[in-house]
Amino acid sequence: MTRRLDARTLASSAGVLAGLLALWWAASHGDWVSRVFLPTPEATWGSLAEGLGTGELIEFSAATSLRMLLGWGLAALAGVALGVLIGASAAMRLWIGPTLEFVRPLPASAVMPLAISIFGLSGGMVLAVVAFGAMWPVLLATVHGMASVPTQLKEVSAALGLTRTEYITRIGLPNAMPDILAGMRLAMTVSLIISVVGEMIASQPGLGQAILLAARSFRASELFAGIALLGAIGFLSNALLAVAEAHLLKWQHP
Amino acid sequence: MIGKARAFVFPAVLLGLLETWARTVGKGSDAVAPPSAALWAWAGALADGSLLAATGFTLGSAALGLAIGTLGGVLLGTVLGLVPRAAQAGFLSIEVLRPIPSVALIPLAMLVFGFGLRMELSVVAFATFWPMLVLAQAAARQVEPRLLEVARALQLSPGERFAKIVLPAMVPRLFVALRLGVAIALVVAVTVEIAANPHGMGYTLMIAQQSLDPALMLAWLFWVGAVGYAVNAGALWLQRRVAIRMGEAGLR
Repeated sequence: MTRRLDARTLASSAGVLAGLLALWWAASHGDWVSRVFLPTPEATWGSLAEGLGTGELIEFSAATSLRMLLGWGLAALAGVALGVLIGASAAMRLWIGPTLEFVRPLPASAVMPLAISIFGLSGGMVLAVVAFGAMWPVLLATVHGMASVPTQLKEVSAALGLTRTEYITRIGLPNAMPDILAGMRLAMTVSLIISVVGEMIASQPGLGQAILLAARSFRASELFAGIALLGAIGFLSNALLAVAEAHLLKWQHP
Repeated sequence: MIGKARAFVFPAVLLGLLETWARTVGKGSDAVAPPSAALWAWAGALADGSLLAATGFTLGSAALGLAIGTLGGVLLGTVLGLVPRAAQAGFLSIEVLRPIPSVALIPLAMLVFGFGLRMELSVVAFATFWPMLVLAQAAARQVEPRLLEVARALQLSPGERFAKIVLPAMVPRLFVALRLGVAIALVVAVTVEIAANPHGMGYTLMIAQQSLDPALMLAWLFWVGAVGYAVNAGALWLQRRVAIRMGEAGLR
């Protein structure tokens, strides 16, 4: 990936972004769109600054980020563990693989009603659904990565007399690493989405609940501030993961 | 034959365990019902028409939202893919807007449109717009340069160039993008219904839970899964068909 960010590119794309902001400003000030839906940029900035100043929005952002990260961590652990278990054995792949493919398209949020009846409307319930939903990309990627070990490597490990554990840690997992990391990146996006939905449904403190309450009481500027923060969380988590991924996969491109 | 049957063994064992557990230890549970009871509940929902109505609403709004998101994403993506300077200019705006989780727009859509079809459409369209944009941009960038030279040599107008050269060259990749879009559209539609919109499969699932009817809830959960599987399988089939018809040249 070579993305050149020279001065001219930066200037033109900043210009377009400024143009969009100006359009927003004009649309809200000129009453092209009702201010009930579209607050002015200043009002949004005001709500953002006020919420961050009083610490309220910082608290909500922290709660949502923590939920997302915890669920993602659990999902990664469970996904890799189960993925290794299933992916390392051809028999397991044959018997269980089709079921995994069948469950894969199931919207994770559809599991939430079931989770509510089992765990109640609690933070733990939301965390369980986040972990469950985010586990699938990691699990399927791990199975795929473990299954696609080149035959030569398998022969080498047989010739060296590696035990099953050694095979998994020295050959299987490193080979699956690019797949697993790609799966974990997708899992992070899923985690954020389900965290927000969970906060909306189960009224757990966080940005999801905050924006829903703001919309219900017609406080559009607070709603926009919350959406902006969620965008920032999405952007940051994705950017951090991209950096981590490039770092972890350095050995592949010496 | 054995290979095909093997796929059903594991789910059958799981369902059997669930059936036994729900009929013995978990009897009278508010959370779990035996799968056989769920099947009855499913038949009941089919008989009273709620199954078809809810499924139709969800699939319809997912499809419409996907159509809007695809149209917008493909149009803008093609322009950005063909004109490098446009891509550079739009870069920052796209990177700022794209990471917004689609579900964050549910409250906004609720405020603007109220409950109903339009709110769900808008969220699905937003969610599918970005991947379609990115993939269409990649597809347009990978149009064989010699084809564009041919268009220039033939002195085609921009409209003709798009319709006769660029679009056909992009089609196989666009169907790969569409398959991804279908999966996203369905997931987002169900999520909107579960979180807010009182229509469709997601809502009926939520209502079954709130009225403490675990059999009906399980029935809807399995049904959502089955519909999701069928829709995704259909999209995959379509993508492969298109790839074969277009000679897979664009996918290499």
